[in-house]
Amino acid sequence: MIALLVRDLRLSVRAGGGALIGVLFFMTVVAVIPFGVGPDLNLLSRIGPAILWIGALLASLLGLDRLFQAEREDGSLDLLLMQETPLVLIVFVKCLAHWIATGLPLVLASPLLGLFMNMDEMAIGATTLTLLAGTPAITFIGAAGAAIAVALPRGGLLVSILVLPLAIPVLIFGVSAVHAAIEDPAPFLPPFLILVALNLFFAVVGPVAAAGALRLSSD
Amino acid sequence: MNEPSLVIRKFSDLANPTRFLALVARVWPWMAGMTICLFALGLYLAFATVGDYQQGDTVRIMYVHVPAAWLSMMGYSVMAVSALGTLVWRHPLADVSARAAAPIGACFTFVALVTGSLWGKPMWGTWWVWDARLTSVFVLFLMYLGLIALNRAMDDPTRAAKVGAVLILVGFINIPIIKFSVEWWNTLHQPASVIRLDGPTIDAEFLRPLLVMAAAFTLLFLTLHALAMRNEILRRRIAVLRRHAARAAGRPGGAA
Repeated sequence: MIALLVRDLRLSVRAGGGALIGVLFFMTVVAVIPFGVGPDLNLLSRIGPAILWIGALLASLLGLDRLFQAEREDGSLDLLLMQETPLVLIVFVKCLAHWIATGLPLVLASPLLGLFMNMDEMAIGATTLTLLAGTPAITFIGAAGAAIAVALPRGGLLVSILVLPLAIPVLIFGVSAVHAAIEDPAPFLPPFLILVALNLFFAVVGPVAAAGALRLSSD
Repeated sequence: MNEPSLVIRKFSDLANPTRFLALVARVWPWMAGMTICLFALGLYLAFATVGDYQQGDTVRIMYVHVPAAWLSMMGYSVMAVSALGTLVWRHPLADVSARAAAPIGACFTFVALVTGSLWGKPMWGTWWVWDARLTSVFVLFLMYLGLIALNRAMDDPTRAAKVGAVLILVGFINIPIIKFSVEWWNTLHQPASVIRLDGPTIDAEFLRPLLVMAAAFTLLFLTLHALAMRNEILRRRIAVLRRHAARAAGRPGGAA
């Protein structure tokens, strides 16, 4: 398992720099928003958390279609399918590796982008924390979509379409937790805990569904 | 003890597509006839009743809107049961059923959205509100479209059905979460202006046509579903026949 994790991490760092492209996309999306809504700093600081969240959501969807496709192309997916270890566990580890390679850089990049958005320290901290808790959920639920589209020639776009509606709860609770942290009356913990709960829930549902889809699409 | 096994046997009898086609051929004129009768009755009742004292004639939109919204949810439930049928019982017609239900369910969802929008304009003064219900129905619509796109994207129908079944079930688990979170999201941000669809509790005057129309819509769904399943079976048979014909044509030539 650890070997698989290390292998996936190495592949994602070396081959084509997939991880960095995700961060670059995230930065580009966030940088484009002010051109659309105007350079009003007050407005930007108000919608900043939402922009960061949407950017992170899109960026983490970007690399999802490669989650299983590269393995399928070079045939190692079949080897993984034939292994003794449960497929669900393998998928889980692959998701984890994918998140460390693409999700974690997004989380690390978000404070810097938060500065661009004129957010105060509290908001930046809350956004980073919620992204840390929320992006794994997107990866896990996205793994199900990636496994479903693995056999398709141009699955990338389809994965995004299939996964985005399922990721709505994560977005809602992530952004509302940040808002709760900024504005005093609403408590921060309940939405944040629900976000964590969603994360754990998707950590179960996503790999199970992905493993099922992989088995079905292999034969 | 005997009863369930009999039911199961009847159910698995239908696994034979030919038997299913025969059943559909026998039943569908009756179903269509009943649908038309119920629609005639329902529409008559809908126009015979008095309008609401506040909403006037626009309340009649409800008789189309509410059943369509119900059916949009029932369509997804049918798909979820079919998905279970595909994955658990390996019922051969389950994937046909799931595939056939998707466009019909999407149509009903679309009708619900459009009529809701038309109703919203005179009542709320706007075509669209980011209200919890509207938003969750819209998300449901997007999921339908995604499933249809997935079905279209795969060449092999049985494999598409199996993989699609996984997605349908994941979506089915997720729909309550989405609905609940969307409601939470709305009430958090604008608690004062949540627009409630159920203003006064529904009077019997409105309830009667509504129920008749709901029955009519359900029958319409079932009829269309049965016919769509029939078409899907025939389409697959044609595809198989074509493949056989192509193979037979290729063989004597020895094209290799």
